[in-house]
Amino acid sequence: MSDPSRESEVEAKARRGRNIALALGLVIFVVLVFIVTIVRLGASVTK
Amino acid sequence: MAMTEAVSTTVKPKAVKAPARWQDFVQLMKPRVMSLVVFTALTGLICAGAPVNPILGAIAILCIAVGAGASAALNMWYDADIDAQMRRTRGRPVPAGRVQGADALALGVVLSMFSVMLMGMALNWLAAGLLAFTIFFYAVVYTIWLKRSTAQNIVIGGLAGALPPVIGWAAASGSVPLNAWLLCAIIFMWTPPHFWALSLYTSEDYKKAGVPMMPIVAGAASTRKQILIYSLLFTPLCLVPAFTGLGGVAYLAVAGLGGLVFLLLAVRLFRSQAGDAAAQRNADSGPGGLYDVRAGAKDARNLFAFSILYLTLLFATLLVEHLMGATPLALFSWKLLS
Repeated sequence: MSDPSRESEVEAKARRGRNIALALGLVIFVVLVFIVTIVRLGASVTK
Repeated sequence: MAMTEAVSTTVKPKAVKAPARWQDFVQLMKPRVMSLVVFTALTGLICAGAPVNPILGAIAILCIAVGAGASAALNMWYDADIDAQMRRTRGRPVPAGRVQGADALALGVVLSMFSVMLMGMALNWLAAGLLAFTIFFYAVVYTIWLKRSTAQNIVIGGLAGALPPVIGWAAASGSVPLNAWLLCAIIFMWTPPHFWALSLYTSEDYKKAGVPMMPIVAGAASTRKQILIYSLLFTPLCLVPAFTGLGGVAYLAVAGLGGLVFLLLAVRLFRSQAGDAAAQRNADSGPGGLYDVRAGAKDARNLFAFSILYLTLLFATLLVEHLMGATPLALFSWKLLS
């Protein structure tokens, strides 16, 4: 008999997908902030 | 109003059944609407004619897209009860029970903050402020207040959809001259004929959900008349950019010819029986989908479909003209405008 408290395969797959999407979103945000900093800093340095 | 309250108290979104997939969260952001917002914002950004770092320009467009997605998620959170009532929207993630309302709310709030913050840091705080105002206007003023309380909901609420080119312009140049507001005015005046044409053949859905759309409150005949009045104001307005240094010959041709077709379709709709009770019964017996041919609703559907094409063509022409460096007509030298 299956344990009702355990995640089903479908639930686990959905959770993994959400986690990967969230991680990607955060990484993209960090990279964007880094790029913005470099671009804006670069513009200030060349002035 | 009473109808709205009845809906709010009796209809609840389905309980969560299937686990939420990441695609459901993407759907919360209404990607199709987002693409139209990106397109108009990009037009504003390019038409500003200010030298902007391409990377920062791309980030500005991304911020506007994410901001639009955030307001869509907030809209889906608040309108889950209405969405569950309508054929067109009952499959959305929250009413279908795939995403919990609280998760949609969290996504909307977090994305709003991230998009506004990044816009302020990357471009300027005028663009960030306009983006924040647009999200607030769509989520709070339109969704929470106007949509359920007045038949003028989409007229006033249309401002939220009209602001992206202004944000794009502000992001590029740090200012919002009258030409930027002209783009805003074009989308603002386009919204009533566009949405009322749609509501003429989906009014049964809105009625069931208790949304006071114009055909339900004022009747189909009055709605058709108002569509014609707005079309008479909208089509000449589309010509104005050709005289203010914003559009060139190609723009004038597209705006003129397209405007004539738009007016023709609006007149045909005015003289039709679209939205009347008998026509509506026929419409309801037809297949689902916004573009399907339904008896009695054909004229409304034609104007709805053409309105999308016309707006797209107007902005695409402006975009191409500015990218190619075409000389604007500038029949009047209004320095204040550019």
